[in-house]
Amino acid sequence: MTALLEVEGLTKRFPGVLANDAVSFAVERGQIHALLGENGAGKSTLVKMIYGSMRPDAGAMRLEGQPYAPTDPGAARRAGVGLVFQHFSLFDALTVAENVALGLPPEEAGADLAERIRKVSAAYGLPLDPERRVGELSVGARQRVEIVRCLLQRPRLLIMDEPTSVLTPQEVGQLFRTLRQLRDEGVSILYISHKLDEIRELCEAATILRHGRVTGRCDPRSESARSLAEMMIGQELAATRPLSAAPGEVRLTVRGLSLAADRPFGTALRDISFDLRAGEILGVAGVAGNGQDEFVEALSGERRAQHEAIRLDGAPIGAFGPDRRRRLGLCVAPEERLGHAAVPDMSLTENAILTARRRARLASRGGVLRLGAAARFARAVVERFDVRTAGVEHAARSLSGGNLQKFVVGREIMQNPAVLVVAQPTWGVDAGAAAAIRQALRDMAEAGAAVLAVSQDLDELMEISTRFAVMAGGRLSAPRPMAELSVEEIGRMMGGTGGEVAHAEA
Amino acid sequence: MDLSVLNPAAIGAALIVAATPLLFAALGELVVEKSGVLNLGVEGMMIVGAIAGFAAAVETGSPLLGVVASAAAGATLSAVFAFFALILMANQVATGLALTMFGLGLAAMLGQPYSGMPAPEFPALSLPVLSDLPFFGRLLFSHDPLVYLSLALTAGTWLWLGRSRAGLILRAVGENHHAAHAIGYRVTAIRFAAVLFGGACAGLGGGYLALVQTPLWVEGMTAGRGWIALAIVVFASWRPWRALLGAYVFGGVTIVQLNLQALGVSIQSQYLSMTPYLATILVLVLISGERRRAAEAPACLGKPFRAEG
Repeated sequence: MTALLEVEGLTKRFPGVLANDAVSFAVERGQIHALLGENGAGKSTLVKMIYGSMRPDAGAMRLEGQPYAPTDPGAARRAGVGLVFQHFSLFDALTVAENVALGLPPEEAGADLAERIRKVSAAYGLPLDPERRVGELSVGARQRVEIVRCLLQRPRLLIMDEPTSVLTPQEVGQLFRTLRQLRDEGVSILYISHKLDEIRELCEAATILRHGRVTGRCDPRSESARSLAEMMIGQELAATRPLSAAPGEVRLTVRGLSLAADRPFGTALRDISFDLRAGEILGVAGVAGNGQDEFVEALSGERRAQHEAIRLDGAPIGAFGPDRRRRLGLCVAPEERLGHAAVPDMSLTENAILTARRRARLASRGGVLRLGAAARFARAVVERFDVRTAGVEHAARSLSGGNLQKFVVGREIMQNPAVLVVAQPTWGVDAGAAAAIRQALRDMAEAGAAVLAVSQDLDELMEISTRFAVMAGGRLSAPRPMAELSVEEIGRMMGGTGGEVAHAEA
Repeated sequence: MDLSVLNPAAIGAALIVAATPLLFAALGELVVEKSGVLNLGVEGMMIVGAIAGFAAAVETGSPLLGVVASAAAGATLSAVFAFFALILMANQVATGLALTMFGLGLAAMLGQPYSGMPAPEFPALSLPVLSDLPFFGRLLFSHDPLVYLSLALTAGTWLWLGRSRAGLILRAVGENHHAAHAIGYRVTAIRFAAVLFGGACAGLGGGYLALVQTPLWVEGMTAGRGWIALAIVVFASWRPWRALLGAYVFGGVTIVQLNLQALGVSIQSQYLSMTPYLATILVLVLISGERRRAAEAPACLGKPFRAEG
């Protein structure tokens, strides 16, 4: 019996980069096949070629033994290949049914569509209301829209691109049940993820990519997460050390912080109170859209709060802007690397000046830039955090997401702040570099800084945090020492508000 | 003040005539903006439509050919915008402003020989029975065919945007062009078509002004109506029926100030002439304060799209 999808010698060259170099692998019928690789290993390029949004320079594909060369995504869908995008391809202002209709051929998007959406979502345990606007849905529900859109076309191959990076543990469990059900019905799944534990739990075969080449094939069930990671990055991982320093004095105090939502689909902050001490890392978890963005904006000074609500070393700073707070020792690395944490069309040196101007003395008192010092500072960040770039004079836009993330987090860390607030510190960063960022956060805490990390990656928070809290509906739970908590307890803290489930099924 | 000179039916009918160019232009721009493109060249496309329609009607003696020519001229000018803004990725705001200035200049040049000429008369539609009704006959049923076309276009745009697959795709492109591209829709081609439609509508609005409403060619005769049409789109929250309401409100302001001038109200006429524009500014200020309104704008409005990969 031939495999469902055979990829042979697929090659794609971009100016200066060989993104895929003679990649070959096969996905069997009814198999969940993992595609593993660091950022820039060529996974996205490979997926785009299979889904027809990019054409290979050389090589061939076969689907069920027949030559398969899709010229556009529509052709791939007609051939039975569905893709659930990593960054969802959804339209906030449109309803679930309209979103689904846009991904279907016209003859399938008839008047009975809402009914068919209900049917499929019930059959696969993916609760969805076709009439809801997508902008009002949680991240998990948005992913269900994407999956249902694929399933309505009865795919033979379903490609999942980093599907769990934004889900709660409960949602991940439900997703895995759905995927296994599909596999049992004979659908093949190509599963792309950097979460090694998940791949070991779910997948029956794995192809590992490094620098555009296949560097290994294995049965992930018989490998350890460590051995998978080492295959992926081609070197041994340094183990992270536990945090030893005892927490010191309180650096940041937040009391009764409330802030109205300032945008459509935003979340109001309600009465947030906590202390952050020197030498600790407070991890804040939560499903996206529960006020994390607003929380980080209030701490950074992008949005002003009541002056007394936020205190740094006892002095109120709530009404100060980001620049003044940074001068006083509170640095923030926000999420959304392009356009928020970094200016896309400015060089890395200029981006370094934008936040590190004062603390790293990259400008004189009169406001004249010290470009030599700025370039040295940017180069130091690049070196310490292994940012892969051709030089600090290149635009931030030219870096891959993971590399830019390393730069924007590194830029704040290297200003030695008393308090560091960091959102999604390792979002989209490969395993080797993520370990380096986490280690840098721990080193900071050990050296006496207070760190607050907001993340949707639970594994990450469990690894680095000394205390742990959950954000839900704009409220922050009372922080608890990490050592006291189990995964089940954390899961309940996150999903137990009931809001999420009601949201999806309403 | 002698109010008896005012005839409500006549004023109502005049209001509808004054509102029709605004409605055409606003509906066209509404579709353009729904596709995610901001074309600030409405004023330029209107005036070029006005002179093209007027000239064609004078030369051929056929008002109908004039109407066709005004729509074609508006669409042609909008194709210039689309080429720069969508294909060459020029800044949409700057390109739109340039289009307005270019259109005003071009129309002034082409219009030289037509100054002061009368336009061939545009036939009003005479409906049996209905046109003879007291009051309503004059108000609603004695207009030219273009008034009814503008109403049909409102209904058609509403149906097409909300109920058709093609309209859904257009809205999707304006909402999230990267997602639309990833699913496999041709973002640039769809936007190009929307801009051409918007240009044709603006041209039609200008043609109506020169052939029916005035009916004369005067240099600069659009007098800011293109900008008012842009304001109406925002006022209407990108909804066709509210665009109709907006156009009639602004048309009403124009007519009221004319009638006040006719009554000899002792305000200087310049102040009265300002009122439609002041009303526009006022409406935009009031609207921009509303947060909800921001959520109704197409999310990709004015953002250039470059296909990746």
